[in-house]
Amino acid sequence: MSDGRDRVLARVRRALADVPRGERPGDVPVDRSYRRAHGERTAEETVALLAANLAEYRAVVHRTAQDGLPGLLRTLLARRGAASVLVPAGLPAHWTAAVDARRVDDLAASTARELEAVDSVVTGCAVAVAETGTLVLDGGPAQGRRRISLLPDHHVCVVRVPDQVVASVPEALERLDPRRPLTWISGPSATSDIELERVEGVHGPRTLEVVLLEVSGTPDAATHGGG
Amino acid sequence: MSGTQPGTPAFPEAARDAVRDGTLRGNLRHATRTIRGKRARAVAELDDWAELRAAGKAIKDRTLRHLDHYLVRLERSVTAAGGTVHWAADAAEANRIVTGLVKATGEREVVKVKSMATQEIGLNEALEAEGVRAYETDLAELIVQLGRDRPSHTLVPAIHRNRGEIRDVFAREMAAWGRPAPDGLTDRPADLAEAARLHLREKFLRAGVGISGANFMVAETGTLVVVESEGNGRMCLTLPETLISVVGIEKVVPTWRDLEVFLQLLPRSSTAERMNPYTTMWTGTADGDGPRAFHLVLLDNGRTDTLADEVGRQALRCIRCSACLNVCPVYERAGGHAYGSVYPGPIGAILSPQLRGTGSAVDASLPYASSLCGACTDVCPVAIDFPEVLIHLRERVVQGGEATRNGVRVRLRPAKGHAAERAAMRAARWALDHPAALRAGQRLVSRTRRLHPARLPGPGRAWTDARELPEVPPEPFRDWWRRTRGDAR
Repeated sequence: MSDGRDRVLARVRRALADVPRGERPGDVPVDRSYRRAHGERTAEETVALLAANLAEYRAVVHRTAQDGLPGLLRTLLARRGAASVLVPAGLPAHWTAAVDARRVDDLAASTARELEAVDSVVTGCAVAVAETGTLVLDGGPAQGRRRISLLPDHHVCVVRVPDQVVASVPEALERLDPRRPLTWISGPSATSDIELERVEGVHGPRTLEVVLLEVSGTPDAATHGGG
Repeated sequence: MSGTQPGTPAFPEAARDAVRDGTLRGNLRHATRTIRGKRARAVAELDDWAELRAAGKAIKDRTLRHLDHYLVRLERSVTAAGGTVHWAADAAEANRIVTGLVKATGEREVVKVKSMATQEIGLNEALEAEGVRAYETDLAELIVQLGRDRPSHTLVPAIHRNRGEIRDVFAREMAAWGRPAPDGLTDRPADLAEAARLHLREKFLRAGVGISGANFMVAETGTLVVVESEGNGRMCLTLPETLISVVGIEKVVPTWRDLEVFLQLLPRSSTAERMNPYTTMWTGTADGDGPRAFHLVLLDNGRTDTLADEVGRQALRCIRCSACLNVCPVYERAGGHAYGSVYPGPIGAILSPQLRGTGSAVDASLPYASSLCGACTDVCPVAIDFPEVLIHLRERVVQGGEATRNGVRVRLRPAKGHAAERAAMRAARWALDHPAALRAGQRLVSRTRRLHPARLPGPGRAWTDARELPEVPPEPFRDWWRRTRGDAR
């Protein structure tokens, strides 16, 4: 194995004979004059852009204040006819307090087959990107393992606005910790492989609902995701 | 080394058949035009596209010029995060490593997320030979695998198949691979996707080993990135106990921050979306989330040979977005199969002959599979100068010269088929140096124009196979000039 390593590295070095010996990687210029974000927006406008871009990618967007959340989640799950709902560790208990569906915890011992049989999943997120309509989950509190937002056919993701919303991809990467497993979600699972006709849901959830949860004052420590 | 399939026809031959296939041309035209239009709109949303593109090019150039540094750094980061790094100089070595890792788990089947690197090395066949069945899980790859077909587009590999053909393939083949297609399956895309969902879900839920490629590897952090749409990638990357990623060494980027450039360039260039539905990023292994064992196989397989070529090196900047395919007038008519490689279109025309060398007929023909119109360069998100590399490779095919094969400097001989062209060029040089002879010759050609055949006989035939023979005017230009203007002075 180390044989392959030495061979490949030796070939790389021979191939780069034209690169001056003293040159350091930092000597090769990278001009970063591209923008950190596109356009000037207030926090509220950034949230509105997130909502618009999510909707364009066929996610269903809802807005509510803190005290409306339990009722809204109950309605969303009931409308879907969900008999069971998967809840990650650290999901604030009051979020699902009004829900009729049976709560299923994501335990380390749960098999993929068991989780697949659950109708819906509710999670929080780490950060949401307005310009691209993207939610990023990082396994933090209220988000759970990567598999739980994948196996059930219906995913409800709660985004705290405005504090979990950033304008752009560069701003999102700044906030994220690469050591955590990350899932970026932009709209529901989709394919255009057959005559370029878009079909929602091949393997991931066919329905993605996003709840923009308006939080005023200090962020709720229990739902603060991210690293 | 993997090469072309034995008997693979050279590009002009393969393209001729494709061009005669009306259905194929229709499918391709529809696909490339649709994606092209959408892409232009997605790119226009970002007013700093030119700066992003310049940064993407510069980051890749920095990486390539110091590739050894970044590969060693990547190895250290992945290892520190709990992964194991393997190095493979060629396809055989990579297949041996992966096959060994799979067999050590005791599993007899693996699920795969679409990976061009594993296709390039023929991994599925190598696994099959060892009694391990590999299931492709991307919908288009499934269509290709069940149809015993080859992919024809980087992004939409089954673009050459219409819905009726796909329905027939599913109805006929699914049962032999697992869950059969439902009775009375229609050709509605939604029904076909549902059949694929049911068929593949059984495999995902019991899979012990997942195999992937990667779009990017971050040297600084050891993070791997896979972008996709369907979720089959997420299934392969998170459900199995063991994950094996086979990735070309050119896919490394220096820092976490560099992803901000490529995650803006790639989705808009490829699927014309602001962002693709799913992106998964993982760094080694994570406690209680995802695979317990992670192996990264770093693949050379001709990449260092490409790196050794100062002009051709830029092909390694490619981020596999496939924008170049969708604007290429040659690809639009010939389709992906004509290129005889995993990498179709303009990028295939410059990458394959470098990865594999120009020794075979198909590889020697690929640098000619272009009109040199440069549309590919205009859309390339990392600004690869396609015409420059194409002409450089044509020169090598015709004249031979220095190149690196399997890490060794070799002197290539001129390709055989081009002797007539070289003779013609020598003759032209002589004629242009002798104006009187040229004038006499031109007059003779003009006077005999009615007798000219539509195609050249003898060694000139190859030239007219791919081109219309120009019509000869009734009078040479210089005679005409003298008659109409020259005398007036």
